[in-house]
Amino acid sequence: MVSQAPIVIVGAGQAGVQIAESLRQEGYAGEVQLVGNESHPPYQRPPLSKKWLLEPGVASALSLRGAEALARRRIELRLDSEVAAIDRAASRLQLANGEQLPYSALALATGARARALSLPGASLGQVLSLRSIADSAAISAAIRRCAADGRPVVVIGGGFIGLEVAASARKLGAAVTVLEGLPRLMSRVTAPIVSEAFERVHRAHGVELVFGAQVTQLRGSGEVESVCTADGREYAAGCVVVGIGVVPDDRLAAAAGLACDRGILVDDCARSSDSSIVAAGDCTARRLTDGRLLRLESVQNAVEQAKSAAAALLGRERPFRAAPWFWSDQYDIKLQMVGLSHGYDQVVTRGDLQKPAFSAFYFQAGRLIAVDSLSRVQDHMQSKRLLDHGLSPTPEQAADPLFELQSLLREAKLATADGA
Amino acid sequence: MPRVTCIEPDGHARALSVDAGSSVMRAAVAAGVDGIEAQCGGLLACATCHCYVQPPWLDKLPPPSDDENLMLGNVAAERRPNSRLSCQLIVEPALDGLTVQFPDRQS
Repeated sequence: MVSQAPIVIVGAGQAGVQIAESLRQEGYAGEVQLVGNESHPPYQRPPLSKKWLLEPGVASALSLRGAEALARRRIELRLDSEVAAIDRAASRLQLANGEQLPYSALALATGARARALSLPGASLGQVLSLRSIADSAAISAAIRRCAADGRPVVVIGGGFIGLEVAASARKLGAAVTVLEGLPRLMSRVTAPIVSEAFERVHRAHGVELVFGAQVTQLRGSGEVESVCTADGREYAAGCVVVGIGVVPDDRLAAAAGLACDRGILVDDCARSSDSSIVAAGDCTARRLTDGRLLRLESVQNAVEQAKSAAAALLGRERPFRAAPWFWSDQYDIKLQMVGLSHGYDQVVTRGDLQKPAFSAFYFQAGRLIAVDSLSRVQDHMQSKRLLDHGLSPTPEQAADPLFELQSLLREAKLATADGA
Repeated sequence: MPRVTCIEPDGHARALSVDAGSSVMRAAVAAGVDGIEAQCGGLLACATCHCYVQPPWLDKLPPPSDDENLMLGNVAAERRPNSRLSCQLIVEPALDGLTVQFPDRQS
């Protein structure tokens, strides 16, 4: 056999590493190159907006795979390497340093970048966003400085990242204002009853929440000093953390002519519009069977899509259809979400709304489609299994604290055993 | 540095040197041990770092928290009396020699 060019993976985050390892697990013996544009070896990002803000540590403590582990699987890691372009006709990558990397097949795991504010003053110092280890360290330091100087931290955006930063800033003793453009927190992903619970908790911890806030400009000389909103108010700021979502990084793919729509378009086997190129993780937009586009920014999505992508590169179909899940830590509340609540027509709850320690069950036409659990670990774990197996309690059962969700799982197993 | 042995689903044993104060999960992930996913990165949110603690170590570990216990009730592989989440196993010098086995599936 003629020796083949390596399979090249662009992006050395959660998805990229998983593609490389899954190629080995699937029996691929050829060369694998993992190309990353950061200087750190692959690391886990979720703690960056949570624990890490409180106690930043050494980067190696977030290690996703050490050099030794990658070498053992013959995965060649190239760090600090920016890919400038994909030359599909020649099957090679052009690196920013002028080097060229030929590939036999290509996987894109380019991730997402923090959506930037495009407003006057957005480029002032101490206007920060969170994506990398360096970002997290900068935000942690800025919060500590604000706490020491008695200056407020202003968070723009009341979504996961913004609220996790707000909770951490309160723990570190800084005054915090959250400016949210919509009428409630996390409004794109949760029901009002969940938003309200988080509003109460953040206010009880002393966070100032402002809804319907249209930020018009940031003021300061050199460093940011205040944030102005359309209603004429001006909020003093020692630093500003911008948490207004992410932009899937599809720039390389789009420039190379792959189909993109705010993300690299992939099917449920992670295949792009070019059969020799796959994509996985935050950089993708997945076409669902009903035609809708799904953009998921989560570790689970990165890992599962990556497994599909590796299989697809080897000519196998491994569709990813498990129920999506997410989590967030704010103060002592563990929020765990499973399923996609989009399109729900009924919400029922079980548990204590005031504490809060409850779950919100989302139904569509009487079938369970998603569950948000606040410090209700067991509800989450059981709901995850129900959704993965296509099982649904009735809304009445979900709302009845005496009804055991587990019983549906037991029944399903019995049914299988009887049928066998 | 305390040594921890991780047994992979196929029975292969990997001996790791772990910084005291770090978790078994952290060490196993960084070393690329097979059989662990650890999707949430150690925040006790996913139960994909499930392991079986080998004798005689179970009794030398602090017992699981309520949340860990509830998560263990719904792990993907079989829950056994020696099931723990490896992100909650903080390695200390007294645990030198700790041995855990990872199951064949986590999700």
